[in-house]
Amino acid sequence: MIRRLSLTAFGVLFSTVAASASDGGKTVTDQWFVSLAFIIAAVSFILALKWMSHPKTARHGVMVGEFGMLLAIVGTLISYQVVSYTWVMIAFAIGAAIGVPLAVFMPMTAVPQRTALSHAFGAIAAALVGSAHFLLHMPNIGTFEMVALIFEMLLGFLTFTGSLMAFGKLQEILPSHPFTFKNQNLFNFTILGLALVAGGILVVDPGQTWLFPFFIGFSLLFGVLLILPIGGADMPTVIALLNAYAGLSASLMGFVLGNKLLIIAGALDGSSGLILSIIMCKAMNRSFSNVLFGAFGATSAGASADDVYGGKVKSGTAEDVAMMLEGAGRVLIVPGYGMAVSQAQFAVRDLANLLESRGSVVEYAIHPVAGRMPGHMNVLLAEANIAYDKMIEMDEVNPTMAQVDVAIVIGANDTVNPIARTDPSSPIAGMPIIDVDKARNVVIIKRSLSPGFAGIPNPLFALDNALMYFADGKKAVMDLITALKAA
Amino acid sequence: MDIVSDLLVFILATFLGLEVIRRVSHLLHTPLMSLTNAISAISVVGAIIIAGQHYEPGQPYGTIAKTLGVIAVAAAFSNVIGGFMITDRMLKMFKGGPKGDAKATKEGSH
Repeated sequence: MIRRLSLTAFGVLFSTVAASASDGGKTVTDQWFVSLAFIIAAVSFILALKWMSHPKTARHGVMVGEFGMLLAIVGTLISYQVVSYTWVMIAFAIGAAIGVPLAVFMPMTAVPQRTALSHAFGAIAAALVGSAHFLLHMPNIGTFEMVALIFEMLLGFLTFTGSLMAFGKLQEILPSHPFTFKNQNLFNFTILGLALVAGGILVVDPGQTWLFPFFIGFSLLFGVLLILPIGGADMPTVIALLNAYAGLSASLMGFVLGNKLLIIAGALDGSSGLILSIIMCKAMNRSFSNVLFGAFGATSAGASADDVYGGKVKSGTAEDVAMMLEGAGRVLIVPGYGMAVSQAQFAVRDLANLLESRGSVVEYAIHPVAGRMPGHMNVLLAEANIAYDKMIEMDEVNPTMAQVDVAIVIGANDTVNPIARTDPSSPIAGMPIIDVDKARNVVIIKRSLSPGFAGIPNPLFALDNALMYFADGKKAVMDLITALKAA
Repeated sequence: MDIVSDLLVFILATFLGLEVIRRVSHLLHTPLMSLTNAISAISVVGAIIIAGQHYEPGQPYGTIAKTLGVIAVAAAFSNVIGGFMITDRMLKMFKGGPKGDAKATKEGSH
């Protein structure tokens, strides 16, 4: 970390020196260096993403990405357009003062919030640069440039407020359940329409500056409205989508400024966000429009909890579960958002270590949308020092489910609900699930029989091979460890 | 503004991005998102140009543009620094088991 900071400081210093050396007329050599720096930066970003494909090379990816960014910033600082440095340096200091503490002191469970916040920062940067460009150059802006500029600002402003809303919901400053009202979609599209009309008029006649504040206002408002009806468990898709918007906004800035490095880096970010949102939507068997405008989880329908559970649910104590785990050959742990909430990942690792020392094979099955952002569970388990080769994807684990002696579900509900396979009228119909109901035994650690995000009862809890273990996730696992040691 | 070559670059970069990112293991989706976030903070380049320009006193919107530029540099730079640092902090935690290598290669080729 110290190395990293000093590297950045060195880069900034170097560029300041280089710039002041060429003060009073930047030379042609400088511009040649700037172009070369931008080309190398673009290649570095592509390599960075390529190396992310594997945990072994991923850290090299970060390093080459940092190198590329350093070159791009240095190249910009010494380019002919930049002549005054005081405020740029002050802004760097402010940015570092915000970014470094967020990166160093943030607990891993808060990764989704930080990601939402950083999407907001990236988006507002693009939107403000666009606004400044507009104010400086209007009314002499060409039509294509203006179209790119309007979309850069629209996406930037709506992603800013949208990401702040997502941050609020994830941090639980705002209620995380969907907020809906009558004719919501009609109202939202009207606001978007007004923003587009204002933007359209500005494209035709950039001199109509009085419209500009309205355009910004409608864009900001639409961002808020877009995220209001979206609930906590849909956050993985929404965060991925906001990621794509922020990238697209940066890319459009490249069109406006005629800077191909920005176009490339923004497009890479945009395509990453797009792929992640598609994966998330597929993992819920839902479409984009359903996630964004469906207000999922607002209503509950179908069989009542009493019909499903009526007298068939068995519950057990830590001792019962410990007995079941005695001599189990293969144990599968299925984590969900509840594990993050109760911070149970370290207790889970201790349990796994204990079971492994007694000869069991312990693995983790991870649903793509478990948690609040793509890959959330993997990061938490990795934080608890669990080797990544034990984390298995849903598609890989399901065919082997019959060989699992005990599946332990901790803090997951909808992602293991077999009704997704059986009831076509269910709100989660067709959603791929982790088939824990096909394991020999299933233990479900949960505080109560309350429904998950989809608001529907889970017939898994009433199956013959299922045992409910009612407790808080972390305490449940710790009691289980004590019981196993006593047995 | 050279619209054709800009669009061409955009389309090629998008396709390249889709191909490269499709190969990223599901394991690493969270660090992937924070890395791409740091990379898209490249908008700091545009922000520096706005904040570092010379504005004549009395130039229309000069002060506003400079202020917006400074805020944009701060916002984007916090992502540059914070984004790379947190990505590395997360990746440091990912460790393979004794038989981790063969398995992980398989996952990586998805």
